[in-house]
Amino acid sequence: MSARTRKPAAGNDQSAQTAHLPKTFADWFASRGWHPRAHQLELLERARNGRDTLLIAPTGGGKTLAGFLPSLVDLAGRPLVHGPARGVHTLYVSPLKALATDIARNLAAPIAEMGLPIQLETRTGDTPQSRRARQRVLPPNILLTTPEQIALMLSHNSAGPLFGNLKYVILDELHALSASKRGDLLALDLVRLRTLAPDLTAIGLSATVARPYELSAYLVPQRHDRAPAMRFAEIVTAAGGVKADIAILKSEVDVPWAGHSARYALPEIYEAIKAHKLSLMFVNTRSQAEMLFHELWRVNDDNLPIALHHGSLDVGQRRKVEAAMVAGKLRAVVCTSTLDLGIDWGDVDLVINVGAPKGASRLAQRIGRANHRLDEPSKALLVPANRFEVMECQAALEAAEEGQQDTPPSRPGALDVLAQHILGTACAEPFEPDRLYEEVTSAAPYRDLPRESFDRVLAFVATGGYALANYDRYAKLKQTKDGTYRIAHPRFAQQYRLNVGTIVEAPMLRVRLARLKGGTLRPTGMVAGGRVLGEVEEHFIEQLSPGDTFVFAGEVLRFEGLREMDAIVTRAHATDAKVPAYAGGKFPLSTYLAERVRHMLAERKQWTKLPGQVSDWLRLQAAFSVVPTAGEMLIETFPRGQRHYLVCYPFEGRLAHQTLGMLLTRRLERAHAAPLGFVANEYALAVWGLNDMSAMIRGGRLDLRELFDEDMLGDDLDAWLAESNLMKRSFRVCAIISGLIERRHPGQEKSGRQMTASSDLIYDVLREHEPGHVLLRAAFADAATGLIDLGRLGQFLKRIGGRIRHSEVSRVSPLAVPVMLEIGRESVPGDAGETLLRETAEELVAEAMGDDASVSTTQSPGGEHAAS
Amino acid sequence: MLQARLDLMPETAPTLRSHLVIGRHTLRPLMAGALYWEAEDTLLVADLHLEKGAAFAARGMLLPPYDTRATLSRLGKLIEALDPQRVVALGDSFHRSECADNLVEDDFALLRSLQEGRDWFWICGNHDPHLPKTVGGTVCATLTIGGVVLRHEPSDKATGPEIVGHLHPIARICRRGTVVRRRCFATDGSRLVMPAFGAYTGGLNVLHEAFKPLFRWQQLEAWMMGRRAVYPVLGSLLLPDQ
Repeated sequence: MSARTRKPAAGNDQSAQTAHLPKTFADWFASRGWHPRAHQLELLERARNGRDTLLIAPTGGGKTLAGFLPSLVDLAGRPLVHGPARGVHTLYVSPLKALATDIARNLAAPIAEMGLPIQLETRTGDTPQSRRARQRVLPPNILLTTPEQIALMLSHNSAGPLFGNLKYVILDELHALSASKRGDLLALDLVRLRTLAPDLTAIGLSATVARPYELSAYLVPQRHDRAPAMRFAEIVTAAGGVKADIAILKSEVDVPWAGHSARYALPEIYEAIKAHKLSLMFVNTRSQAEMLFHELWRVNDDNLPIALHHGSLDVGQRRKVEAAMVAGKLRAVVCTSTLDLGIDWGDVDLVINVGAPKGASRLAQRIGRANHRLDEPSKALLVPANRFEVMECQAALEAAEEGQQDTPPSRPGALDVLAQHILGTACAEPFEPDRLYEEVTSAAPYRDLPRESFDRVLAFVATGGYALANYDRYAKLKQTKDGTYRIAHPRFAQQYRLNVGTIVEAPMLRVRLARLKGGTLRPTGMVAGGRVLGEVEEHFIEQLSPGDTFVFAGEVLRFEGLREMDAIVTRAHATDAKVPAYAGGKFPLSTYLAERVRHMLAERKQWTKLPGQVSDWLRLQAAFSVVPTAGEMLIETFPRGQRHYLVCYPFEGRLAHQTLGMLLTRRLERAHAAPLGFVANEYALAVWGLNDMSAMIRGGRLDLRELFDEDMLGDDLDAWLAESNLMKRSFRVCAIISGLIERRHPGQEKSGRQMTASSDLIYDVLREHEPGHVLLRAAFADAATGLIDLGRLGQFLKRIGGRIRHSEVSRVSPLAVPVMLEIGRESVPGDAGETLLRETAEELVAEAMGDDASVSTTQSPGGEHAAS
Repeated sequence: MLQARLDLMPETAPTLRSHLVIGRHTLRPLMAGALYWEAEDTLLVADLHLEKGAAFAARGMLLPPYDTRATLSRLGKLIEALDPQRVVALGDSFHRSECADNLVEDDFALLRSLQEGRDWFWICGNHDPHLPKTVGGTVCATLTIGGVVLRHEPSDKATGPEIVGHLHPIARICRRGTVVRRRCFATDGSRLVMPAFGAYTGGLNVLHEAFKPLFRWQQLEAWMMGRRAVYPVLGSLLLPDQ
């Protein structure tokens, strides 16, 4: 197991505990010159006594070996059984396929070295069907897998014999799974496993979190009816490692006012890479990764092996990069959160976080990727990409020094996941609703689920659960005379198995290089059959017109058009892309860091901690406009181009800002400001419209206090939800997870666009005719904590409570620059759309009134289409 | 009644045309996605796809069963306001022919009330080639009114003007950096493709391959559906879907 455990962590106090360690193991540790760590032995003792335990350990703490020790010791002590195994002994669950594979590799060594009679296998989405079928009949002792695979195995009637003798379940990186839909699914799987194997012991492994008790509740069965108090698992906390060595990059040149590329810092980043063996460069979005990679290669005079790794790249490409890291062939890798979690890809000695840290815990996790030895500090360099991010980096650095954590709080389990689980349960065997309800509510996320909700979800799974009940003949689940529910037809089990899981990707398009006919210089046409570079969100491609250039897979590409599911591109002979970015980061700025940044901004004394150029920027803002105090919110209005802008600074994260943008534009529409769209970043929101909002505020036609009144979350929210794209996106995810509509599978003809359209139409109809339907409730709950982040928005409106500071300026203020350059704009449904349609229609009239030539010289769409 | 009529066909700006021309006839596209032929007192709708939800339910996707109600209610509002002598549904009125017998009682009653006192024509579509008698009205393959042929799918043998459905056209424009995508009536003056009216019907961009042989492209207009008007947009200003 690598060199993670090579030194004794504490003094002699552990010799007493070593007694629990069988001789084979003690000898093995000794043969490597290691001592088992205190937390490894503590966890072993508890788990051997059947106590569910959560181990909290920093990276490099020998966490994985600790988690497996109880299983290995138990299996080593068993008599060797010939013939078919008696089911799985230990189930290891990881959030990442790659992590399961990696752990399997690492665990194979001690098993072999101690000569233990233990079979160990992985099972992921990549495991061939034949092997998966065999594993159900002839399982290994230890199975390493993912939540989705467990759900799949549980949906077969072989689940009983397969898991009946299960002794240990190890949940790795539990902090990354809990408080998510995948975590809900895993929690439901865990309680199902407990029903099949009542004696199993759950072991959770986690990085440091803000509320360990909350997380530990996940591991123990809850008894809602009998004991109203939450039950918690025992917690073992490993001694902390050496404090990380974190610095904010200091640059010779100015930190830009805006942008996410960190291009200014390239020379320093490059020097840092040169000074280390292997640097991991984390960014928040794929576009940033692309940009940074592209830029690094431009300055890479020494031809250092620098690679790119993100979720959109072709899988083969990613595997190559991972292998090269392990083999020590790389000096730096630019990556997104794909490499956040605990896989050891080689000997990383520097983590560079480019852009916003977003949260204290997220940053700690990333920094932990460097140096997997407890006794040496991990080394990290924070590179803010703009001036707001300088403040955020400073706040994150201070939080890290104080050891502060800001992991998200737990939330109630999602109803769409429950729907999926209920169908899966029925696929394995008939169930009694009362017993299933009891089982479900023993899972921590569903502990407080009312019976009424459970029954509605059950009805949804069975017949759709609609008030207009005319689908009985199409029921998926049928209730038999003895009261149990059973699946109505085997094809529903097939449907379930194709649909299992909670990860719903946005519709993606393949990016395919076109081959040019007639040479690249004077192409006469294009053939689509080129190489696939990866995938991008359909949303992104929708914004492009043929001829637009963007950066992808480390190259500047020219978008040529769409052919079926492929976005056809050519290599652009340009160094800069016209469309600079796509898609925002998934994670919003944490409330905790936001508050620190707000205070830093408000308190001039704190500015001295910031680089001179940043404090100069704030002083410039103070001179040109206003720097808000910590308690108030600044609003600026100004004209720019053909539009008029309103920029506000709530510091509540992009998602809450987007919702605010939606609601504000509704209100602005009513006030006749004719809003066209808005864009949000982590700190600010900019809304633009056709009418002069400065003049409207001056003339008393727009009251800002009213505009930001808390009643925004009443009728306006309700009305907006009726047509909100975000709500529709949430609904689509719930509709897929709950099994209402089918997941798109590779090779299926149905395009993402058509699917999106149809789930939108379903949403419209359902909302109009049965607004209380359980799936709408699920979608709303989802959106409220996720895409529309209502909770945070509500707190914000309450917090500012009319404490608004308006500043009318003649042009963009220093503080507004970052958000003005943000990509990812939302358009406003409604008046502005009407205005644009009218303008376009009038253009037709104007053209028709003019000379005929102007019409006939316009390229015909038919011709254009033929060319694309 | 007059007010309701005005709501459905609001005054448009003087520069906006409110009628499109097919052959020698002028017809009025309505925001709801139907076409009103005043001279013939005829209301045309296409691709209602009634009972699409039920058809999916039969395949294990239990979609909300309210699509028929939603579609008929919208159609009902138009009929109430215009009180046309004749209603023509241009095919794919039911998602499957067999579904026509399965309407729930209330939906059936609603359909009957819409048909009362007027001539009702069901043109057969590829989804509903064999409608049962229970649906009322007249079932036919095509219908010719004033020299204009009404049918479900565009015909490559058409010699005169025709109005069809089947393709569910939508159009997309981009203006001042903002994209607007709407259902539309697509016409070149001799052929008109109606938008789909049904609650669960998706759309296909008029620049898609399937529309290619249908129009004289220089003359193409997409009448895009807004909330206050139907906006005629020149074909050359349209964008493909991406």
